[in-house]
Amino acid sequence: MGGRLFKNFSFFSATLSFFILIGIFSILFTYAQDSIHQFGFDFLSSEIWEADEDDEDIGIFGGFIPIVGTMLSTTIAMIIATPLAMGIAIFLTEIAHKTLIKPVSIAIELLAAIPSIIYGMWGLFYFAPIIQSTFGGQGVGLLTAGIVLAIMIIPFMAAITRDSMNTVPDVLKESAYAMGATKFEVIKDVVMPYSKGGIIGSIILALGRALGETMAVAFLIGSVMQIPSKITDPTTSIPVLLANNFSEAQGLEMSSMYYLALILFIVSFIIISVAKFYFLGKKVK
Amino acid sequence: MNRLLLNKIILMLSTLSAIIGISFLFWILATLTYKGVSSIHLSTFSQDLVNGGIRNLLVGQFTMAIIASLIAVPLGMFAGIWLREYSNGSKLASIIRNLSDVMMSAPSIVIGVFVYALFVVPFGGYNGFAGIIALAIMMIPIIISTTDNMLALVPKELREAGVALGGSKHKIILQIVIKAAKVGITTGVLLSFARIIGETAPLLFTSANSQFFTMDLTEQFPSLTVSIYNLATYPDEASRELAWSASFILTAIVLIINLTGRYMTRNKK
Repeated sequence: MGGRLFKNFSFFSATLSFFILIGIFSILFTYAQDSIHQFGFDFLSSEIWEADEDDEDIGIFGGFIPIVGTMLSTTIAMIIATPLAMGIAIFLTEIAHKTLIKPVSIAIELLAAIPSIIYGMWGLFYFAPIIQSTFGGQGVGLLTAGIVLAIMIIPFMAAITRDSMNTVPDVLKESAYAMGATKFEVIKDVVMPYSKGGIIGSIILALGRALGETMAVAFLIGSVMQIPSKITDPTTSIPVLLANNFSEAQGLEMSSMYYLALILFIVSFIIISVAKFYFLGKKVK
Repeated sequence: MNRLLLNKIILMLSTLSAIIGISFLFWILATLTYKGVSSIHLSTFSQDLVNGGIRNLLVGQFTMAIIASLIAVPLGMFAGIWLREYSNGSKLASIIRNLSDVMMSAPSIVIGVFVYALFVVPFGGYNGFAGIIALAIMMIPIIISTTDNMLALVPKELREAGVALGGSKHKIILQIVIKAAKVGITTGVLLSFARIIGETAPLLFTSANSQFFTMDLTEQFPSLTVSIYNLATYPDEASRELAWSASFILTAIVLIINLTGRYMTRNKK
């Protein structure tokens, strides 16, 4: 009897994550109905975000600015993070002396464990002033948010890339060395092609992380509803707009917030699925 | 000799990337220690936020994270057990495994929005329970994947030995399989606990925050991370100093739990 109960409860728990996912999707979709109905797909391209002066429950809302802000800050982060993460993975798998691998790996993993709000604090008070004195602007803005976002996703990207580079059989590398290949040639022509799937997967997965990152960006992007004209300009992103304005919104504006959350959720879902199932494959057989 | 030079340059750049990564870690830790330690007083721990301390925030943050773990760990472990021990590699199991993998990377702010709609709106205001549920939703997929992966490492022979002794399936799972995977699962639990205790986004509009000491989960609940976010934006020096002490303490807690988890598996490998 106990056995059956045990099995049934296990099954119930297993289906739970399925229902949570369906639940998130349907709740966001339901609450976003008003906004979807009102603005449709024009929501994606409209820059105006304004509640009506007389009635706060209505107004015109478009998601273009936060959508562009999210894409730009993520792009900057990816451009900076990708080469650095590749470098770290190469260092850990091909260059570092055996005694160095462990401490460096731990340091990189601790970097990943630091809560995002800490990156925000540090970025706002220590990093933003440096950006301001080097590149001008107000300190907070796209560039600052992008760089700190890069620092946050580097460890994550480096760890997955390292794991997939570690799967390259030694015999393949040794054969190339025996032909007189340099270390770089072995990395470029043997390691990289062999672990290509894992590397691309790690980049896309990190992209998914960066898109949804909230707190660090909330400190650093400036939270201004404007299209940035310079790279140092403040703007906003979907998670930041939600973090700062969600709880005060009402009526149609609230519904538009749910619409933005739905867009973010669907985009992340697609990106993560592509990375996990197309490039990284299933880890466990 | 061009290719030898290129080789050298690339190797140097890779080493440089590692140095850059590590420098950021030390830069952040040094800043936290310098700013945090200098602003910590005895009253930081003995007073609540309303009086310039973080006592209620620490208690609140731990309360929510611990109760969230009490919900997420059993559910996640049972789910992992079903996937590995009962599903027989069915199609449904692989769908659930994939969805739970995707859930693991879902944006935490979206989980906050979801829980707001489900557990804040109907109850008329922010409450500690909503915060706990948001954290539990973040934690469940991590526990599922850890349990699933760790059970996969347990040799089949152990299960067969159990069967040969006449044990029923659930007894074998509970008394043999889980025991064999204990260390790995505990590490996974500690790492995921370290992750959710530092979360801010899912708490912003679920538990929100409170200046006062409370254990009433039906009301707004004090949160260390949400307080850091609020305090950092206040213009006065005292608030900022408190934000730095809170950041230092939070990071210390997260890193210590994280390292403890890693240390446990260190001897196994």
